[in-house]
Amino acid sequence: MSTFYFIAFLSIFFSILVITAKNPVHSILYLILTFFTFTIHYVLLNAQFLAIVNFIVYMGAILVLFLYTLMLINLNKESEPRKSNVVKIAGFIGGGCFLLAIVSAVKAFNGSQLVILQDPNLGLVKNLGKILFNEYLLPFEVSSILLLSAMVGAVLLATKDPKTT
Amino acid sequence: METLTHNIQAIPLNHYILLSSIIFSIGVIGVLIRRNAIVIFMSVELMLNSVNLLLAAFSVYRGDATGQVFVFFIMALAAAEVAVGLAIIVMIYRNTNSIDINVLNRLKW
Repeated sequence: MSTFYFIAFLSIFFSILVITAKNPVHSILYLILTFFTFTIHYVLLNAQFLAIVNFIVYMGAILVLFLYTLMLINLNKESEPRKSNVVKIAGFIGGGCFLLAIVSAVKAFNGSQLVILQDPNLGLVKNLGKILFNEYLLPFEVSSILLLSAMVGAVLLATKDPKTT
Repeated sequence: METLTHNIQAIPLNHYILLSSIIFSIGVIGVLIRRNAIVIFMSVELMLNSVNLLLAAFSVYRGDATGQVFVFFIMALAAAEVAVGLAIIVMIYRNTNSIDINVLNRLKW
């Protein structure tokens, strides 16, 4: 039980480091650590399929894409101009108000049951695959079209236009 | 193995909600206070992940696997969003030689 609190502390700590690190490369490395703690959360919830997908897709694909872009446009130096303090304080107040609203709403419902896994093979690949390919077959196919259009759009956007340059 | 997962999981649902909302608001603060476009994208990823964790926790709490299927769809959507967004950032960098979002205030009016 205390494993959850330790991992939760680590994920909050690393996500604070993500938004406060000055160097964007350090920021991405802290984000990788944050996603690793999320993977541990999924393992603790016995959602094994999500743990594997989170590990492969987020830590393997998306963050490598981030790192690649950052190295490609050569911004791995601390060149970011700082925002003024007024904007920073306003940002903290905005995020804090959001957090306060959610926490007070949670406190208003003070009955909190425990998260207990009734069905031990709930998050396994077999169970999820049955649901995904029976009830959610159409959204699955539509998401493949989404990925295809995203790929076409990314290639189209990132290639240089020969007429303008 | 089953007793292990039962012992690990005796966590109130409120604590999952609190953890996810803390990480979500860290992401909101990151979007508001940073000017580097890539760091803003990373904060958006942080917010998406906190929502994913909360969906998985609710799915285990209700004993319903639909929440985990939704997390899978959100991950596919996040991958598409990152690919297009980073392509846009590369194009912006090519045109303005900077990824400071304050350069992009032409879209403001």
